[in-house]
Amino acid sequence: MIYNLPFMTVIALIAIGMYAILFRRNLIKIAIGITIVESGVNLFLITLGYRKGGIAPIFTNLPPGTTPEEIPGKMVLPVPQALTLTSIVIGVAVLALILSLAIQIYRNYGTLNAEKVRRLKE
Amino acid sequence: MNLMEHLPALIIAIPLFAAFLTPIIDRFSKKGRDAFVFIFMALTLILVVLLAKDVFDSKVPITYVMGASDPHQTIPTQSAVPIRIILEIDAMSIFMVIISILISFIGLIYSFSHIKEGGGKFYTLFLLMLVGMIGMELTGDLFNLFVFLEILSISSAALIAFEIKRETSFEAAIKYIVISSIAALFVLFAVGLFYGEYNLLNIAAIANAMKFTRIDKIALILLFSAFVMKAGTAPMHMWLPDAYGEAPGAVSMVLIATTQASLYALLRVCFTLYNESLPIIMPATLILLGLASIFIGVTMALVQNDIKRLIAYAAVAEVGYIVLAIGVGLYGFLKSGEIEGYGIKALQGGIFHIFNDVLDVGLMFLVAGGVIYMTKERNMNKLGGLAHSMKYSSILFLIGLAAVAGLPPLNGFASKLMIYESIYKVSPILSIVAILASILMLSIFVKIFQSIFTGPKVIEANEVPKCMLAGMIVIAGLIIFFGLFPEMIVKNLVEPAVNALLNYGEYISAVTGV
Repeated sequence: MIYNLPFMTVIALIAIGMYAILFRRNLIKIAIGITIVESGVNLFLITLGYRKGGIAPIFTNLPPGTTPEEIPGKMVLPVPQALTLTSIVIGVAVLALILSLAIQIYRNYGTLNAEKVRRLKE
Repeated sequence: MNLMEHLPALIIAIPLFAAFLTPIIDRFSKKGRDAFVFIFMALTLILVVLLAKDVFDSKVPITYVMGASDPHQTIPTQSAVPIRIILEIDAMSIFMVIISILISFIGLIYSFSHIKEGGGKFYTLFLLMLVGMIGMELTGDLFNLFVFLEILSISSAALIAFEIKRETSFEAAIKYIVISSIAALFVLFAVGLFYGEYNLLNIAAIANAMKFTRIDKIALILLFSAFVMKAGTAPMHMWLPDAYGEAPGAVSMVLIATTQASLYALLRVCFTLYNESLPIIMPATLILLGLASIFIGVTMALVQNDIKRLIAYAAVAEVGYIVLAIGVGLYGFLKSGEIEGYGIKALQGGIFHIFNDVLDVGLMFLVAGGVIYMTKERNMNKLGGLAHSMKYSSILFLIGLAAVAGLPPLNGFASKLMIYESIYKVSPILSIVAILASILMLSIFVKIFQSIFTGPKVIEANEVPKCMLAGMIVIAGLIIFFGLFPEMIVKNLVEPAVNALLNYGEYISAVTGV
């Protein structure tokens, strides 16, 4: 049960983020919603990397008494961590772009309300 | 070192390298910057042609392992599964790469004439957009696909907002980036699900291990909705007319190629990743989405006043044709029997139409961009009589509109005929809707032609600059060539691509060896 807690947090974060994206009208809040969904997905990736009894893949840092034969089954493949780092970096870029566009929209339209930012519809 | 061996990596690396050097060269000389971008784009084009020759010569997909001492060793010696990022190129991917690079190259030539201020930034983003597209089409790794999807989204959002003097461009760009980042997060979540289930990221290796459990079904829904959203089909098409309408000049045309990179990812997911285990509801959904896109695209195009938005709605309808044909093709692929042959024909039509769509609608966007550049006016009701002063543009527009409406002997007719004569086997209603929409499209474009180009002179304007004209003429030439010799293109480019999609076993065994 306790091991499922991270997965429940993931679901909760994604649900909160999607709620903000779908039902909030403020552009900044939509940006925050996207960030929350992204944190949920990143947490999911990190949680997948957990292996019970696994050790970090650093050879100089092995616990004393580990024989070379035991290593392959114990060391954790650091792929999910690498994926998460990449996705965090991409997330920062996307967030910066959304916020800079929101600033420009505020300058031009005088509002951040997505329902009023619709000059293209006419 | 044998450079020919590293072609797939070079095709991604060269534009990426050029993208980050462009702003530095821009500081010293504008002319030098243009020449630099042109040379590197031409170099990439040559490399793509060389790679295409390799792919068509070898019957199996070409694999390239990033960062390995031997780029052909897909599975490391001490491991049982592929770990490194693998680029995998079969006839389908190279078909899409040829489209991307050709369209970007023509778009670049067109842009030389009107991108004056901030050109360094423009060409950097333009090259990054190309990198994103090509990367999505070359990669054989799901996470890598996500990374290139994000590179593509960020650079195209910035390009949509490029004309900062038009304040509405920000509105279009924020819509685009929000939709794109949600789609990308869906893809990332699906990648996580696959990694949790199979400990794999490689498309071919996952397809080999595919058990179609409940987790895979969730991942299928996530991937499917993400790529359908990015391709701009009907229920999620709202971002598309805004983005295409606001983007400067040739970027609208290149954006069509970017949505088709998403369609390529969708094809890869359906035909390679899930292949036979796909439920029959997927082709049905695709057919419905295609019909809805055709319907909404054509009806919304009728009521537009802005030329670029009107063409953008026509682009929605054209994507609908492709999705409809892919849906029928997928239906034939999953069901065996008589329908299978029709499915293959529909798939050929759909994939041929990918190329034709970007040429036809792209030409319309280029002409519309030229008209807007010369007259500074995008409302059709205020334009008129331009044929007096813009002779070449009006003739090129006429070619484009005939091709979009599917009139013989142009390329739109060749691929649409293939679609009509195969989809009726699923239901005759599909063909009827498709043909009716095509006729409506003709009436819409005749209306625009009449209101912009014919009649008395309303606005003083000159012919568009030479670079613009060159880009348009190249595309018009391709349209006529494809229309006169469709058999040649179908036989040499489209059929290998369709066969590569249908023989998914080869794609899988090129990596896993089984």
